[in-house]
Amino acid sequence: MDWLRALLYVPEAASSVADRVDALHVFVITVTMVMATYVFGAAAWFAIRFHRRREGQLTEELRPSRFHEIAIISGLTGTFVLWWVLGYEQYVTMTSPPEGAQTVYLEAKQWMWKFTYDDGRSTNDVLVVPAGKPVKLVMSSRDVIHSFFVPQFRMKQDVVPGRFVTTWFEAKAPGEYAILCAEYCGVSHSRMRGEVVALSPEAYASWRRGDGSGPATTRADCGGGPGSCGDADLVTFGREVAAKRACVACHSFDGQRHVGPTWRGLFGAPRTLAGGKRVVADEAYLTRSMMEPLADVVDGYPPLMPSYQGQLSAAETGALVELIKSLRDAPESPGVALPRLEVRAVTDAGVVPSRGGPSP
Amino acid sequence: MTTLPIAPDVAREPAPSSSPIVRAPSYLGVDTTLRSWLVTTDHKRIGVLFFVALACMLALGGFFALALRLEHLTPERTLMSAHTYNRMFTLHGVIMVWLFMIPSIPSSFGNFLLPMMIGARDVAFPRLNLASFYVYVAGATLVLLSMFASAIDTGWTFYPPYSSSTPTALPLALLGVFIVGFSTIMTGVNFIVTTHTLRDRRIGWMQMPLFVWSVYATSIIQVLATPVLGMVLLLVVANNAFSWGFFDPARGGDPVLYQHLFWFYSHPAVYIMILPGMGVVSEVVSTFARKNPYSYKAIAYSSLGIAFVGFLTWGHHMFVAGMSRFDAGAFGLLSMLVAVFSAIKVFNWTWTLKRGAIRMRTPLLYVFAFLFLFVFGGMTGVAVATTSLDVHWHDTYFVVAHFHFIMVGGTLTAFLAAIHLWFPKVTGKLYSERLGMLSAALVFAGFFVTFFPQFLLGNGGMPRRYFDYPPRFQALHVVSTVGSWVLGAGLVVTLGYLLHALFWGADAGANPWGSRSFEWRTPSPPPKHNFREPPDLELGAYDYTRPLEGEPREPEAAS
Repeated sequence: MDWLRALLYVPEAASSVADRVDALHVFVITVTMVMATYVFGAAAWFAIRFHRRREGQLTEELRPSRFHEIAIISGLTGTFVLWWVLGYEQYVTMTSPPEGAQTVYLEAKQWMWKFTYDDGRSTNDVLVVPAGKPVKLVMSSRDVIHSFFVPQFRMKQDVVPGRFVTTWFEAKAPGEYAILCAEYCGVSHSRMRGEVVALSPEAYASWRRGDGSGPATTRADCGGGPGSCGDADLVTFGREVAAKRACVACHSFDGQRHVGPTWRGLFGAPRTLAGGKRVVADEAYLTRSMMEPLADVVDGYPPLMPSYQGQLSAAETGALVELIKSLRDAPESPGVALPRLEVRAVTDAGVVPSRGGPSP
Repeated sequence: MTTLPIAPDVAREPAPSSSPIVRAPSYLGVDTTLRSWLVTTDHKRIGVLFFVALACMLALGGFFALALRLEHLTPERTLMSAHTYNRMFTLHGVIMVWLFMIPSIPSSFGNFLLPMMIGARDVAFPRLNLASFYVYVAGATLVLLSMFASAIDTGWTFYPPYSSSTPTALPLALLGVFIVGFSTIMTGVNFIVTTHTLRDRRIGWMQMPLFVWSVYATSIIQVLATPVLGMVLLLVVANNAFSWGFFDPARGGDPVLYQHLFWFYSHPAVYIMILPGMGVVSEVVSTFARKNPYSYKAIAYSSLGIAFVGFLTWGHHMFVAGMSRFDAGAFGLLSMLVAVFSAIKVFNWTWTLKRGAIRMRTPLLYVFAFLFLFVFGGMTGVAVATTSLDVHWHDTYFVVAHFHFIMVGGTLTAFLAAIHLWFPKVTGKLYSERLGMLSAALVFAGFFVTFFPQFLLGNGGMPRRYFDYPPRFQALHVVSTVGSWVLGAGLVVTLGYLLHALFWGADAGANPWGSRSFEWRTPSPPPKHNFREPPDLELGAYDYTRPLEGEPREPEAAS
């Protein structure tokens, strides 16, 4: 089976259903080759055997025999229906989460995966699961349609805004498996990647205890900078990004009017745009304002901000949004608030009540 | 309607010819001013106008394809930014699907040939036919204009909510596609009415050339399905331009509803693209094997079968979109049924060769390429309709390879076969057979090398529409890019020798292939009203058991 996988360029089969799917894959390809050989062999033979011998050569009128017609049609129908039966049976398995599966909530957004576990902990772009146990994903999107795709698990499920879609998988063995977004979702679609980290039961239990030994928080590089490794430091990371990218040159944290609007109290507030349109400053608005600043300019401010399209990574964008969120109720005087804010963001497990998320 | 005034006034005027026989000028020679072409109601000239416009669209879409392939030479940025890449694959899809493949064979060859194949002197509504061309041009212009605004970056499927919020010039391009849809409907109505009312009394439904059947079945889909596309496109425009929220979940809309509406049109649309190609294949096989179709009725009825069952399979595009298990099962099973109809055609074409008198010429070589691409494209289609396998393959390069094999491989090779079969009919000239064979080989080899690696990429889990990709896929991407340039070279060679033949080609004579099909029973190029006198239809369109008038006799007595 492994040489067949190598031949077909299929990745290793790392989930409980992958072997059966691959077996059907090989069966289907084999039948295809047999049928194609029959047709092409016949075509080649006829082309050689019955080449034209002279100009104006006449041919007899040939009609198919009833037997040939019935054999072909019933053979084709039977083959295709057999494929359907086998495939549909597997599909039902793949879409029916088994009893007792552990639940993880997934919120996708441009362009990151945010996983929230039943104990209230959350990770970005890294999904930590126990190997050998079924895991159920309850998924929704914050903005556009994404698709959660793990090639090594042979699983894929669209993540649709306004819907909670359920799927499941079971990793066979500990390891790291790539998550790819498979539904086109905008300019950084191809960078919306993550990783499933399957841990042995002991390692998983230790990660659950949160003693800091787990992989998701200790890994030096999990895709997009420190903020993507875990939930805790997003706000801190956001401050670093804001300084590095010179956001603070124009935006204040404390309510002072500057070149651009202050970030204090920005999140969730209604904004009046130049032109009179009113919007609420939600995640979509904030990220869009970073990527296409001139699309929605707040009334009274000059249209000066440059686009950060392609410059901010998904993790950096998310970190800035989280930073702005954390400044929602910041006091006006600077200096006092900062330590308090960080404490709140780091320790309060319930601080990320994503819409429809779990209640710990 | 069958006793037509065959020789119109203009045909009676003696042509400036040295021939002692008074000859009517061909449709090309009747009037040669530019104005006469632009306001013509002659179905043949309209077909030629469409052909020129379509060829330009093919060139433009192909240019985008080559640029996209170059971008993938490296896993990171090679030539262009991600945003440019996204806009370019969208334009590639929109131009190829709506401005090339959907109108391709019906609007050009269908227009040119359908009336002649049923012994009519024009389509039922000649002025509507001309209007359909200008409506097409207007729609295409809007789409092209959007390129100078900010183009579109949604993919050719325009899925909301992304398409509701994209800052690009979506409304402009979508209105263009909407308008092109009217052109499609006009052509479809025209062909249906023409087939029913202008058919020569001596040509029954079961005596029509099979190309007519395939265009007729295509027209039914066009007329029934295109309005749904028009409606859904307007909804997307309203969503994007006025924020009407039909598909916005925050305001009670549903993005998946869009997918149902979109694929209700766009799945039958793939049969709009491939059915006329199937008709071309039926004609080419019979002509070059000098043989009746193995089962005429099976080919004709399977066209109708595809047209009807094709309406019931759209859900197989949405197996992972969150549809119910029952829906997935039902759509999966119905999709299998469509495949049976297509496979019946494949067996018929192949067995038509049996005991024929086969001569390998460029059109037949293209048909062999078609068979190869169609069988593998079709069988991988059944494979992706197999529900559990689709979960892995959905939205990966496997699907890209599959639909390029069956739709592009099928439609493009059939289009090229049609060009080479009917070039003498349209222009009265012969092209270089050697260059024809060479370019057919280049096109096929280029196509295979481009798209076969993409099946493997899809198996490996390479998603579509990826600007950056994991480095392990690079080798296959490079192979694919090399193939795309071979394919491009094949098409450029084709354009070169066809243009050469147009001006300096040898005289083809009325019927260089000895075909029995009815469009050959009049000079090439045909006179303005197709037939100077009622054609001799005694011999059927596929009867190769008796010699055609003027054909070298079967040397039974001599041998």
